[in-house]
Order: sequence, then structure tokens, then C-alpha cells
Amino acid sequence: MSHEKLVRMANQIATFFESQPDADKAGRVAEHLKEFWEPRMLEQLADHLSSGEDGLSPLATEGSKRVLGLTA
Amino acid sequence: MKDFIIPTKDMDMGTPASKSTEMVTLTIDGFDVTVPEGTSVMRASAEAGIKVPKLCATDSVEAFGSCRLCVVEIEGRRGTPASCTTPVAPGMVVKTQSSQVKKIRKGVMELYISDHPLDCLTCAANGDCELQDMAGMVGLRDVRYEAPANGGFVNHFEARDTAGDVNPQFIPKDDSNPYFTYDPSKCIVCSRCVRACEEVQGTFALTIEGSGFNSRVSAGAGGDDFLSSDCVSCGACVQACPTATLQEKSVIELGTPDKSVITTCAYCGVGCSFKAELNGDELVRMVPYKHGEANRGHSCVKGRFAYGYANHSDRILNPMIRDKITDPWREVSWEEAISYTATRLRDLQDKHGVKSIGGITSSRCTNEETYLVQKLIRSTFGNNNTDTCARVCHSPTGYGLKTTFGTSAGTQNFDSVEETDVVIIIGANPTDGHPVFASRLKKRLRAGAKLIVIDPRRTNIVKSAHIEAQHHLPLLPGTNVAVLSSIAHVIVTEGLMDEEFIRTRCDWDEFAHYAEFISDPRHAPEATALLTGVDAQELRAAAKLFATGGNGSIYYGLGVTEHSQGSTTVMAIANLAMMTGNLGKNGVGVNPLRGQNNVQGACDMGSFPHELPGYRHVSDDATRDVFEAIWGTKIDPEPGLRIPNMLDAAVDGTFKGLYCQGEDILQSDPDTKHVQAGLAAMECVIVHDLFLNETANYAHVFLPGSTFLEKDGTFTNAERRINRVRKVMAPKNGYADWEITMMLANAMGSGWTYTHPSQIMDEIASTTPGFANVNYEMLETRGSVQWPCNDDKPDGSPIMHIDGFARGKGQFIITEYVATDEKTGPRFPLLLTTGRILSQYNVGAQTRRTENTVWHEEDLLEIHPHDAEVRGIQDGQFVRLASRAGETSLRATITDRVSPGVVYTTFHHPDTQANVITTDYSDWATNCPEYKVTAVQVALSNGPSDWQEDYNAQAEQSRRILPAAE
Ligand code: SF4
Ligand code: SF4
Ligand code: SF4
Ligand code: FES
Repeated sequence: MSHEKLVRMANQIATFFESQPDADKAGRVAEHLKEFWEPRMLEQLADHLSSGEDGLSPLATEGSKRVLGLTA
Repeated sequence: MKDFIIPTKDMDMGTPASKSTEMVTLTIDGFDVTVPEGTSVMRASAEAGIKVPKLCATDSVEAFGSCRLCVVEIEGRRGTPASCTTPVAPGMVVKTQSSQVKKIRKGVMELYISDHPLDCLTCAANGDCELQDMAGMVGLRDVRYEAPANGGFVNHFEARDTAGDVNPQFIPKDDSNPYFTYDPSKCIVCSRCVRACEEVQGTFALTIEGSGFNSRVSAGAGGDDFLSSDCVSCGACVQACPTATLQEKSVIELGTPDKSVITTCAYCGVGCSFKAELNGDELVRMVPYKHGEANRGHSCVKGRFAYGYANHSDRILNPMIRDKITDPWREVSWEEAISYTATRLRDLQDKHGVKSIGGITSSRCTNEETYLVQKLIRSTFGNNNTDTCARVCHSPTGYGLKTTFGTSAGTQNFDSVEETDVVIIIGANPTDGHPVFASRLKKRLRAGAKLIVIDPRRTNIVKSAHIEAQHHLPLLPGTNVAVLSSIAHVIVTEGLMDEEFIRTRCDWDEFAHYAEFISDPRHAPEATALLTGVDAQELRAAAKLFATGGNGSIYYGLGVTEHSQGSTTVMAIANLAMMTGNLGKNGVGVNPLRGQNNVQGACDMGSFPHELPGYRHVSDDATRDVFEAIWGTKIDPEPGLRIPNMLDAAVDGTFKGLYCQGEDILQSDPDTKHVQAGLAAMECVIVHDLFLNETANYAHVFLPGSTFLEKDGTFTNAERRINRVRKVMAPKNGYADWEITMMLANAMGSGWTYTHPSQIMDEIASTTPGFANVNYEMLETRGSVQWPCNDDKPDGSPIMHIDGFARGKGQFIITEYVATDEKTGPRFPLLLTTGRILSQYNVGAQTRRTENTVWHEEDLLEIHPHDAEVRGIQDGQFVRLASRAGETSLRATITDRVSPGVVYTTFHHPDTQANVITTDYSDWATNCPEYKVTAVQVALSNGPSDWQEDYNAQAEQSRRILPAAE
């Protein structure tokens, strides 16, 4: 999948959880990704992060890192 | 196993049942009878097994009392009252036979018959005619009236008299409707048809013109025939007609049927019950079943008449294979087709990994078939790459309602509409998409319920005969959340919410947080008006009406879900129902109108890549254990690919094989070019369908499917009602679809041994808590049942969340409006939204192959007069419709149904391919495509676009079939 599309989808998810009252918003994003994204898509997300390309919103980045186990 | 045929308890009771709970006892012909107050004497007699002769009464419409055949004697009353219009009273003593009433009845019949042709033996209704029956019943033996000897007329049925003069009273037969005829020479002017059209269907297409001897039934205004009138061909009048005046053409051609089987319509999510009436295994007609709990004896043109596709010459009956999609098809035996497919799929998995293949279950097929396809994928393929077309329609309903209420389904039954006081319809077009529900709703609206329509287009329900919405909010496509938030804002800031309900049924703190959010002035209707195009005063009035008007119900469709904020909109709807206390009883609720017949069932049966049957996530160990124990295979704990993800993965080269049952993703899914690219990149595409559909242009294997008339199973409709589908004839292609899936599974080493779909249902019941008590035996006795149906709810669940939500407390969700990325600009200044019409169904694979095409031959582009004028477009001209995804051309129709800036089309025809235009944007939570908003430009054109021509050329190439080798 094009990274552009992937980024758009991840940002859409983050935008929703940004508006929610949860204390751990990144946790909710990570949970959603884990629940609905097939491992191949998560791999592509990892590729995107490691390639240093941008486009992901801060919350989308944090959530993505969380689901990929890239942060503590 | 022999298929059980329910005996039809179909006696016409003469007048509708009374809903009263007060009981009244009376005596009829010496027998005591106890019936609800308000019952007619005629119906009370019928309950006691006593048939009173009748002509103008039938139990689908209110009594009218015009024929006077049903007269009876009642002790202490003068004269001979009509039993159809006389209500019962306590202690009443009725005599249905006496010399006096017999004399009256004979006289009435004599008059009728004197003006009726006596060609009973060759009449299409012979044996199925109430006039004939009544003449027999009253013992009519001769008719004393005669035509004047010297010419002149006293009848309506002879074209010329003996002198050769033209009879001005004679009206020739009207053949214009493709499915039934109107032969005025046989009409007894009982007005049953007129009342059926008004009361049952709600179209008001028929009237009685003239009076006395000159009165005639007439469709539409002067000069109209049935086809050009407002008639929507629902068949209610045909059903009500006691004579051959209104008669199905199929009966005229094939004769009166002699057996019937109860089954379920395979078109839309209303799930109407029908009697399939046959001679031998030849289907003569489909008649709506009076005891069907979804439709209560009504139908629409699709289920009633549009079944001819089953015998269409385009139907493919033999399996076919080819190595490359550029090759012509080769017909092969079932054994060869199945082993070829199994080998190719296993080879792909060997080469590209277990997860390189997947499948799509059908929302058209039965629950049992869908369950087997997802089982094939999870257990035989060994991955979770299963999805269903619900992805592209109601997946946000699943997510949204599960989050807020805890169950992915609508909360009511259809009967509930009879008790509603205020209805919101948002993003749905029920008169066209869910016609039988619309008729039931209109009946309630005519009785005084109020209506609010939220839709970019002025749909038919906004204003029609005797119905007008109190408020129509014509919002700009893509602004649903903003409008719903404004409605909630008005309710909360004006203190109109149901505090008691919120405190007991929801979390008050959570609500307080939500209330703070929604009270912010940015959600006020005055603030959102610029964005949504909805008048603030109108919106305020609508909000107040909904909150204060009594039982409030919300019905919605794909205009809600197919947006980038589809899931958020569903949650906004749930918020609205909770804050007004409109849940857990009759007349209220959140009601998704499902598109296809078995969308609900396909979702229930675990079609989604992340969920096993019963909406349980694949990562849940306990759930996997249940299935692993029965299936004897391991289940992948990670979610699989959704349809759009499969196509992306195919383009990336990691997804190679697809088993596609009963779906046409190339025509129905958005961004056709992307779908094409995905399919073209796959090495084994298996299409299992009735016809060489558009997707089959890219297929390597074609497995011919069976129709709903050719197999046993169940469908689950929009009200969670599990209805039986019964086999009325042998599959023309040789196998029911569940058998084909099983052959493929077994060729891949699975060893399944089902011999009847009832065994599949037993497996579903044993693994899925909501279905625990469902089995075929129960469905035979009960007719249908609404899940959950288990030890807690042995009789099923017509209304959900009565004492508490499935998840415990109802959850209010913050619904912030986020504009879609799909924006108009100088290149694409208009917004396209899509929908459908009554006579065609979805991609039209079935309905295009029936006579329904007389109502809709092609997709048209609706455009506002202003937008048309600035572009120099005139009605009926070919226009080019372009978006950033692609372009196509079609004819324009100019109408103010759409607002300036908005254009609209349907997607029933592959020639137009509206989905070339739609983009790959999708719902944030579920990837449900954003069909309903695309920025477009419209310009004059002189014919099909290059793309359309290329597409058609490829399609034609691809559909070649080699003559069978032998
Ligand atoms: S078919 Fe339906 S709409 Fe048409 S005239 Fe008869 S009842 Fe009315
Ligand atoms: S068409 Fe049939 S139902 Fe209508 S008035 Fe004539 S006989 Fe009665
Ligand atoms: S309303 Fe739907 S289910 Fe009923 S007959 Fe029409 S298409 Fe079939
Ligand atoms: S049936 Fe009662 S008056 Fe006609």
C-alpha cells in the first residue's frame, strides 16, 4: 500500500482518539491498530517510521510506535 | 432430509385483526365466540370457522361495506347489517344464514354476474376467483337479466353488440405493466385494489372514477396507464383483487399454481416472507406471506416479481477455468474445476506464504454458506483474510453500535414503527431501498406520526401522497456529524434530555463530560449552518420535535455509514437515542436499514477479518479454543486483511489468490481502477456467482452458483430476524452454494461431512452464544426468531437493551466533526453522492436481467437546474462526470431534488460504472469507503468516455467461452 494512504489512515484514527477523553490517547490508537490492522500493514507502518518520512501526526506517531513496540 | 413444507394457514379473515386487549363474547349461529373488541362480525365468524360470503372485504384492508353480500341477521337489530362493517358487541346473537339473507345474497350475485363475462373455463383466475366461489356459495343458478334484443348495452364486457355497434363502456385490457394486467371487463368495482394501494402500499395510484354504473378503477390521471401512472408495481392491488381483473401475467401464461413453499426474499434487508407458488418445480408466482413478521403480507416489485433472472440465458451453469484472464473460458467438470482451484491455491500458499490468499463471503448467500466460507478461510486456508461486502456498507454500524451499546445490530423489530411518534430518517431512502418498511412507516405517518428527513436530496419520503416531512434538512454531503452534533447541542443546551434514563442506563459522569463538549457554541446550529447548509431555525425545530414528540426512532442507511466519519456518525445517532431515552421499548430505537438481504447475517457469521462468529475478536483465546476444538485446526490470532487492504496487498505483490462468493467487487467497490489493478495482480481469482459478473473479467475460475430458490438455509434481516430460505427446485447448476464451498474445502484436505444446512446451523448454535437455541426444528414451528435466542431469551429478542445495555451502561462518545479530505475546488467544484432506486437492486446483476428494466434502463445524473444552466446542459444530454479518480459519461436529468452544488447518481449499471469516479477515501475506523462524497466536475460530452470503451472491450474479450470440448 502506498505510504501516503497508510499515513492518511493512521492519521484519521489518531484524529478520532485525539478528541476522546482518555488519559492514554496513544494507547487507544495502538489498541485500534492492533485490533484492526493486519500484520503486513503494521510492517509497512514500521517501514514508514524507520524511513524517516513524515506525515504522521504526533499522536499517530506515538500510537504507531506503541503498537510496534518501539517505545517503552 | 426431506424439505418440510409449512401448510399455509392462509384463510382470508375478511377484515384486519383488532389490536384491542379487551375481549368480547358473542354467539354466532349458536356457537360462543370470544374476540378482541373492535373485531368485525365477519372476522369473528371466521375465527369460529364460519365463512360469511363476501366480495368487497379482505383482511389486508379496512372494510368498506359496498357489496352487501355479507349481510347477516342480528337479534334485536333491524334489517340485515353488513357483517364486515359491524363490530361485535357483548352478548350479540348473530345468524349468518336465514331465508332473508340468502335471498339478498342471491340477488346481489345475480346483479354482479349479469355484468360479468361467463368465460370462467378459459379465465386466468379459474379456480382462484372469489366471484366464482361466491356464486357457488350463494347457490346462484340463473341470471334473469338480459341484454335488450334490439342492440344497446347494459354491460361493460362486450366490445360490440350483436348489431356491431361499439360499446362505449368497454375498456380494453391494460398490458402496460410488465408483470400484471388490468382487464376492466372483469372488474366488479369492489375497490379492494384502491384501498390496498392506499392503505397497504401508501402510493395512492388508483382511484374509482365516475359513479354508479359508470364507476371504473383508474390508474393515475386521465390518459395514464398502469406503467405511466404513479404505480410502483408492488402487487398489493393484484393480491387484493378477487377476480381476474388484476392478474399476474405469469399466472395467465403458466396456469394457477397448486403448491406453495414459504421462503424469504433474497433482495433487500427487509427480509420479506413469501409463498413461492409452483406447479411441479415450475415457479408460477411469488406471493407475500401474510404471517411473515417482517412484511406482514406486503411486498415490493423486486421480491414479488423480479425473479426471472433465475432462468435468464446469461446464467452460467457449468464450471469454467482458464490459465490467464486473456484466454477464453473453458467449460470443465466440477471435479476438474475444484481440483484445479485447490491446487492453484495451495501452490500460491507454498510459494507466497499462508497469508497470500483469502476470500470474500457473500451478503446475498445464506448464514450457513457464509459461515462455511469464513470457516474455509480460517480453518482450511489457515488465515483470517476474510471479509464481506458489509465492509463497504454497514461496517461502521458494527463498530459504532458495539462501542456505544455493546451489540452490533439494530435495536428494534419492524413492528415497532407502528408505535413511533417522531421518526428521523438520515441517509436512507426507504421508499426505494427498503420499500416494504417504507410502506409500514408511511401508514404510521398517515396516522399522525411526525417525520424529520436528513438527506442531501429530497427523497420520495419527504413529500408524497398524504405525507409531508415536518422538517427536511438538506445537508451538504459529508456533514452528517456536524448536523447530528447540532441537534444534540439544542437538546442538551435547552435541557430537553431524559435525565432519568441517562442516570439509570448510562454513566452520568461520562454524560456530563459529553454535555460539556456538545454545549460548546461551536456546535450550535447557527455556527454549523455555513458548513452544512442547513437552516439553523429549521434544525432547532427538528431537534425540539425529536426530543419532545413522544416515542422517537431513528432509521438510517448508507448515507450515514459510507463516509470518512461513518463510525462517528453511527455513534452520534446512538448518543441522540440515549440522551432522549429512546431505547429499550416499542416505537423507539436505532435502526440501521441493511442493504442486502443477509448483511446482518454475514456480519453475525464472522465474515470480518478481526472477528469470529458472534463478534468475538480473533485475539481472544477462549473464543479461538471453542472453534479450534470443533474444527480441529489452529486459528491465527492476528486480524486478517479487509477488502481494500487485500487489493492494496495484491498491488504490493503479497496477496495472490481470492475466493469471491456472490459479490461483484469490481462493480460495487470504490475506485474501480484500483480494484482492477488489484484483481489483475492476483494469480488466482475464483468467482462463485450466477453470472459472469464484472469481477469475473479478472477471474481464472468460475464456479456457477445457485439461486435462493434452489437451496435451504437462513437469512437474517435488518431486525436480526432469522428467516428460513427453502429449496423449491433443484439447483440448475447441480449444487447448492454450501456444497460447492465444502467441495473446495475437502479438495484442500478438510474432510467436512455436512449433508444438510441444518447441521451447519447446529454448529453455529453450539459455538455462538446469541444463536444457542436456534435450530431448524424451532424455525419450522415458530416461523422466524430474532437473535439473541438462548436460554436467557428462549423466544428471541424483538427489542434489545430493555433493562440494560448489552455492554452494561450505555456509552456516550464525543463526536467531533472532521471535514473529509475530499474537498471541492476549482477543478472539481461539485459534490457527487450516490444511491439507488426502487426497481433495480445494487449492482443490478439480478434486476437488470428482469423486466424491471422498463423502469430504469440506465443510470442518470441528477443535477440542479442552476448547475445545469451554467454548464449549458439540457435534460437527457450525455455528460462527462469526472473526479480525481476517473471519469465516465452518462445522461443528465435536471431536477431540484438535489441542491445546487450537489449531483447524484445510482450504480446499477456496469456501463456507467459510477465507481470509476469514487475515491479510495474511507471511514477512519473500518475502512468503509466514502461513496457518498466525491468532488466532481460535470461537462457536456458526446458519448462514452475512452475508459468506458476500453472497459467494454476488455469485458467482451474476457467473457468469451470456448465451445465444450468433446
Ligand atoms: S401495484 Fe402497488 S402501487 Fe401499483 S397500483 Fe397496485 S397497489 Fe398501487
Ligand atoms: S380491479 Fe379487482 S379489486 Fe379492483 S375494483 Fe376491480 S375487481 Fe375489485
Ligand atoms: S422490500 Fe426487500 S425483502 Fe421485501 S420484497 Fe422488496 S426487496 Fe424483497
Ligand atoms: S363484504 Fe361486506 S359489504 Fe362487501
